Amino acid sequence: MAGSGTAHLRSGDDILLSVNNLHVEFPAAGGRTVFAVSGISFDIAKGETLGLVGESGCGKSTTGRAILQLPKPTQGTVTLNGEDLTGVSDSVMRERRTDIQMIFQDPISSLNPRRMIGDVVAEPLEVWGPKDKDEQWAKVSKMLDAVGIDPDVARYKRPHEFSGGQCQRISIARALVLEPELIICDEPVSALDVSVQAQILNLLEDLKAEYGLTLVFIAHDLAVVKNISDRVAVMYLGKMCELSESDELYEHPAHPYTRLLLESLPIPDPTVKIDDSVGIEGELPSPLSPPSGCRFRTRCPLADDICAAVEPMMRRVNDEHYVACHHPLVPVDEVGVSLR
Amino acid sequence: MTDTADITLDQGHLDDAPLLVVENLKTHFIVPAGAVKAVDGVSLTLERGKTLGVVGESGSGKTILSRSIMGLNVVSNAVTTGSVKYAGMELVGRSPKEMKHLWGVEMAMVFQDPMTSLNPVVKIGRQLTEHVRQHLGMDKKAARNVAIELLKSVRIPEPEARFDNYPHQMSGGMRQRVCIAIALACGPKMLFADEPTTALDVTVQHQILNLLAAQQRDRFMTMIMVTHDLGVVAGRTDEIAVMYAGKVVEKAPTGALFADMHHPYTQALLWSIPKTSQPKHTRLSAIAGRPPDLIKPPPGCKFAPRCPYAQDRCREEEPTLQPAATPGHEFACHFPIGTPENEDAFQRNLDAGRPQTLAAAGRLQATDDLDALELHAARAAQTPNDNEVH
Repeated sequence: MAGSGTAHLRSGDDILLSVNNLHVEFPAAGGRTVFAVSGISFDIAKGETLGLVGESGCGKSTTGRAILQLPKPTQGTVTLNGEDLTGVSDSVMRERRTDIQMIFQDPISSLNPRRMIGDVVAEPLEVWGPKDKDEQWAKVSKMLDAVGIDPDVARYKRPHEFSGGQCQRISIARALVLEPELIICDEPVSALDVSVQAQILNLLEDLKAEYGLTLVFIAHDLAVVKNISDRVAVMYLGKMCELSESDELYEHPAHPYTRLLLESLPIPDPTVKIDDSVGIEGELPSPLSPPSGCRFRTRCPLADDICAAVEPMMRRVNDEHYVACHHPLVPVDEVGVSLR
Repeated sequence: MTDTADITLDQGHLDDAPLLVVENLKTHFIVPAGAVKAVDGVSLTLERGKTLGVVGESGSGKTILSRSIMGLNVVSNAVTTGSVKYAGMELVGRSPKEMKHLWGVEMAMVFQDPMTSLNPVVKIGRQLTEHVRQHLGMDKKAARNVAIELLKSVRIPEPEARFDNYPHQMSGGMRQRVCIAIALACGPKMLFADEPTTALDVTVQHQILNLLAAQQRDRFMTMIMVTHDLGVVAGRTDEIAVMYAGKVVEKAPTGALFADMHHPYTQALLWSIPKTSQPKHTRLSAIAGRPPDLIKPPPGCKFAPRCPYAQDRCREEEPTLQPAATPGHEFACHFPIGTPENEDAFQRNLDAGRPQTLAAAGRLQATDDLDALELHAARAAQTPNDNEVH
């Protein structure tokens, strides 16, 4: 899976964000390097939701943060509305971040426990919005209302007075108050109960329609990602395995890793026999010294010599489905065609 | 160990008698505003070697239930009443000093968060051997051998090297394996798994659930698995108890629960799970509202404010558990799903425009379509050399 290459990139005017050959590396003790993200490319059209899935440590959160230049990528470009964000100065980037907002995993710790909800949501406006308090409150209360929180009740309360689901709603309101174009949702429902998870997912869909948002949705639960995403990218150890329109991905997974992820999903039906022979054994290899060739080969049931020697490139399954694997589960084009 | 006289189990307890009998168990926490009724009258019977799933949202009392059975609610404002009979012995009212002879040896618990349930400054070897030495009186060397065997049995690679690791040197999945090894160390007859996989990735979740099932089979353990996800317990339990606001609202053998669920809350929980068989952007049916205030719960059925079928009777008179057609299946609802009364109630609420009911109506329509889809998928899966459908 090593998955490099750009065959899956699209061209067109409606591309809002384009990430090309993104590398993020961190220095580690002893002069070593953590290869967190190693050559990821994808693009997102306006109004689209892209799901990023993979296990912990696959680099999906780092990818999301690198879009915001937090941290700055080691290599590669991040192009928003035609402007390369990796090249702009810090002060320009600060301004650009009003177009890209983020929602975090743990809703309770992502709100300052000592501040009142009205102030927490108004904070982005303090920096970039109207300075007039009444004008701010008008915007804040409209946003709180949109996410299903009663603004007048919440205004002078603090985060501990709300449940996890409500805190996540407040975080969403804070992300929306500057009317961004792109929202990066980093595991926004992983810490929530299934019933609350459904509420938040529905809310995100509603807000997306109402405000014309574009979403990057990072999660490890494939069922959640499928529900909300138009396209899904599967990541493993800093590389992209497969990128596809979401219905297609779940019906015809082309990468062995995607299939293993799907087989690991618990099915809420006792008549489905659990096959404990499937699933992935072993642990994710260390990103300090990733395996040669395809990074998934150490755990892949189909791996052979070529997987250790040659890194697979993105290849076309069909126009909406690309895979980086030497032994894909569905027929693919022989050579990766670059669209650039 | 030495001071064994404090507590003795009835060795003559019959092997075919249920291992655990819980009757009208209540755990209330006394706070200035009143009593928080976290567990409010739960009765359960669990046979040896069986697995019970306890399912409910946050705050439904499922964790407090398992802690109350084990006697782990040691905070001073907790009041536990009722009866817990383990192998014929009454546990309610025992002090932690007495209970410690049961913890680890007879019953053990695997907690939700493997990051925080291990001591970060103690090597895992010592955390593993601690209660082997305490309870079984082994010397250091024998305990080390047992611990390495345990690490092997929970499939930790290079167990000898891992023995001297600190928790931070391991991944979340590995740490949860260590926690399971610790729980299994003294060969307990009963294992409580409190959301054992909620903090983990799906792939690791699959591994850990398989591991728990294998260990349970090999050691003939009785298990209580607590979770909020019906998907996790569906294929892995013999019985399921669904909890809401401190009470069991439906209890049934797993197959019967999914095939013929009677309680609207069970249905709502199942419906809120996104499924990969649904097309993208399928609207999920979330459960409207929140669980009730456990200090002053509403009169009548606690689920009524969120229920699509609720009638005036539900808001006044609290339903009690009553038997369904399948033996062992009980539910607490005035208008159980699958009855004409339920359909009438649904129609009345629909005509009245109750929002919860309208949402459920949309879902029912979608479910019909989905059933047709799933049938199609199931047929396709039966065809050989088709490896794409799951």
